[in-house]
Amino acid sequence: MNSFAHGIHPPERKNLVADKAIEIIPPPEKVILPLLQNVGAPCEPVVRPKQDVSFGDPVCRGGAPVSASLHSPVSGRVQKISVTTLANGRHVKAIFIKTEGEQLSGRALWEEIFGGDWPMQNIQKYDPQEIIAAIYSAGIVGQGGAAFPTHVKLMPGKKKTLDTVLINGCECEPYLNADFRLMIEAPGPVVCGALLIGRVTGAEEIIIGIEDNKPEAVESLKKATFGTGIKIAVLKTKYPQGSEKQLIQAVLRRKVPLGGLPPDVGVVVNNVGTAASVARAVIKGKPVTHRIVSVTGAGIADPKNLLVPIGICFDELIKFCGGLTMDAARLIAGGPMTGFAFTNLETPVTKGTGGLIALTQKDVRKAKETSCIRCGRCVDVCPMNLVPTRLALASRQKNLDLLEKYNIQGCFECGCCAYICPAGIPLVQLIRAGKALSVASKKK
Amino acid sequence: MMPKNRPKTASDEKAPIPVLHVAHSPHLCQTARTTQRMMIDVVIAVTPLLVVSFFVFRWYAVKQIAVCLAGCLAAEVIFTKMRRRSLSLSDWSATVTGIILALSLPGPAPWYVGVIASFVSIGIGKIIFGGIGMNIFNPAMVGRAFVMIAFAGNLAASGYVDPMSPIDAMTQATPMDAFKQTGATATLSALFWGLTNGSLGETSAVACIIGGFYLCLRRTASWEIPVGVILSAGVMAGIANLADLQSHWTVLHHLLGGSLLFGAFFIATDPVSSPLAPKGKFIFGVGVGFFIMLLRFYSGYPEGVMFAVLLMNALTPLINHWTIPRTFGEK
Repeated sequence: MNSFAHGIHPPERKNLVADKAIEIIPPPEKVILPLLQNVGAPCEPVVRPKQDVSFGDPVCRGGAPVSASLHSPVSGRVQKISVTTLANGRHVKAIFIKTEGEQLSGRALWEEIFGGDWPMQNIQKYDPQEIIAAIYSAGIVGQGGAAFPTHVKLMPGKKKTLDTVLINGCECEPYLNADFRLMIEAPGPVVCGALLIGRVTGAEEIIIGIEDNKPEAVESLKKATFGTGIKIAVLKTKYPQGSEKQLIQAVLRRKVPLGGLPPDVGVVVNNVGTAASVARAVIKGKPVTHRIVSVTGAGIADPKNLLVPIGICFDELIKFCGGLTMDAARLIAGGPMTGFAFTNLETPVTKGTGGLIALTQKDVRKAKETSCIRCGRCVDVCPMNLVPTRLALASRQKNLDLLEKYNIQGCFECGCCAYICPAGIPLVQLIRAGKALSVASKKK
Repeated sequence: MMPKNRPKTASDEKAPIPVLHVAHSPHLCQTARTTQRMMIDVVIAVTPLLVVSFFVFRWYAVKQIAVCLAGCLAAEVIFTKMRRRSLSLSDWSATVTGIILALSLPGPAPWYVGVIASFVSIGIGKIIFGGIGMNIFNPAMVGRAFVMIAFAGNLAASGYVDPMSPIDAMTQATPMDAFKQTGATATLSALFWGLTNGSLGETSAVACIIGGFYLCLRRTASWEIPVGVILSAGVMAGIANLADLQSHWTVLHHLLGGSLLFGAFFIATDPVSSPLAPKGKFIFGVGVGFFIMLLRFYSGYPEGVMFAVLLMNALTPLINHWTIPRTFGEK
């Protein structure tokens, strides 16, 4: 079976919510819409306090080259434009909206977002420029977690020809089920979006990659893609299969050059959630207002998959799922391998948030850090074939030459090394510090 | 869930609430393989060797192992106290050093040889470099090398033999020495099962293989190292056989005899003093096998595992330098 080199097998723990159909959370009393939810520059507000907005109205414009616009997921009134803190610790400006009046909710909301017809034939009739424009004005960013603006990703330099579109349905992080449920419950927009992305890029081949621990998703998409020419690649379940470079290696046997991006080998990778948003933007002209979030972990009383408005606070999600258990110890936005721990429950959900995980004291139990015994397990598991222990040492010593020699910028912080380390060394944290050091030294 | 509209009471204020904390990613880590667990794995893996040594050498083995264990643990306590560090016996590394050291010594060696070897192993082999993980050389082999020079008589080939001993195996020369001196060859079955004279842990090939396989399956030892040792030693022994077809000491004798398997599985695989990357580990193993055979053929000693490992330990930083893995996508 296709796979990539190295990697790890963390406990999957997906069964907590894997069989639970997506529920629609009732409209919250307020939403907080951070102006920076994506990689790149923040967007610029186009509303003022005390202004009324209705569902789907643009509230921000993504003016900068790498930026994405933002829309109100509720009807209501803008309260203020103030600062909020994201789960990753960044303080950013945000638009606070108080919901007022009639709201779309329940089944009607589901129909609004995923319902209706999703054309899978005659995609040729959609003009690539118009598709890009629709993606731009819908404010779509990568929904797998990285949140890179999608219209930028689909317009690589003119010189690079793209021959393959990969749609990422791996969801290799433990616990998460947002993409899995989407593929089962709404395969239509995923497939339609994949075809549209194929149209934009002019790629001959469209392949959806799914790990073999999700046979239901494979079945669902096989049915949905019938007659479209889209291929499904079933991949070995291994972390980090959902990383772009690893996915490309597993499916196409191509290696993205160090420091390069997928277009360098003629590929563009998009998450299944992103594909669904693209379909919604192009076919229905509707922006990104909601997303699917897995609220799960042993620290959540009643774990669920939820369809939530962007900007809803995490405490609403926790309340809707029965609250935290007494032994809850760490809240994580995103997956447990790369997500961010946070404590302020007023933190809003962003476009890239695929999960809210409450780990218990038992899950996060960690032995004291001991000395590196140079066993080389971090080298054995690193999907980028780096030497994490040396990078960590170089970072501790602030040795810039050594950091460069061991290709620190190749690390994408998947966390395999720190997961496997028998000495409990915080390798990822050290490497992150080293990266910052290396970047700072180059700016000088 | 609390019923709604109930007035708040003092007890509600004090109701326990979950205590949250933050940390950096990843938020999961495996707990099955800690440094401590790796050390315990080694202790489990040497059990077959201990059993054979108790069976063959009786109280000689009991005494030597007790002396080295006590010596290493005492040395660890004393030196750690001198460095004013918190005591680290719970990582089991001193226990492992003690056992491996004892198993590499001859049974008849007097108690003070074991004690001195233990103190040198822990003190000069490990602590002086900064403790666990920092040493360049395999600590047990440093201790053994020291007593081999300091007490040459006790550790020379003759040191293994005690003509007055009630134990059969100990009245005879070690198979490697007998061959070197007189050309006498031991039977392969004796070498396989371990009913010969020799260092306490080295005699039984089958015990070394069982323990070694366990270590490799648990990934506590990297399989690249023993494979490298056995391959290169086998090839060199094969060439030697071809050069001298009359010799009765075949490739299998070379592999099963002496401490080659003990060294390959238990000594060379010390993670601290061997290279980091798989390719480097293999090169390291090949080097160890090569030097073992070179010493067996040309040195005055019948066996060369200890010096071969120490020599390759010294080359480990160089091997690491040569074998930095090529980063994914690097040209």
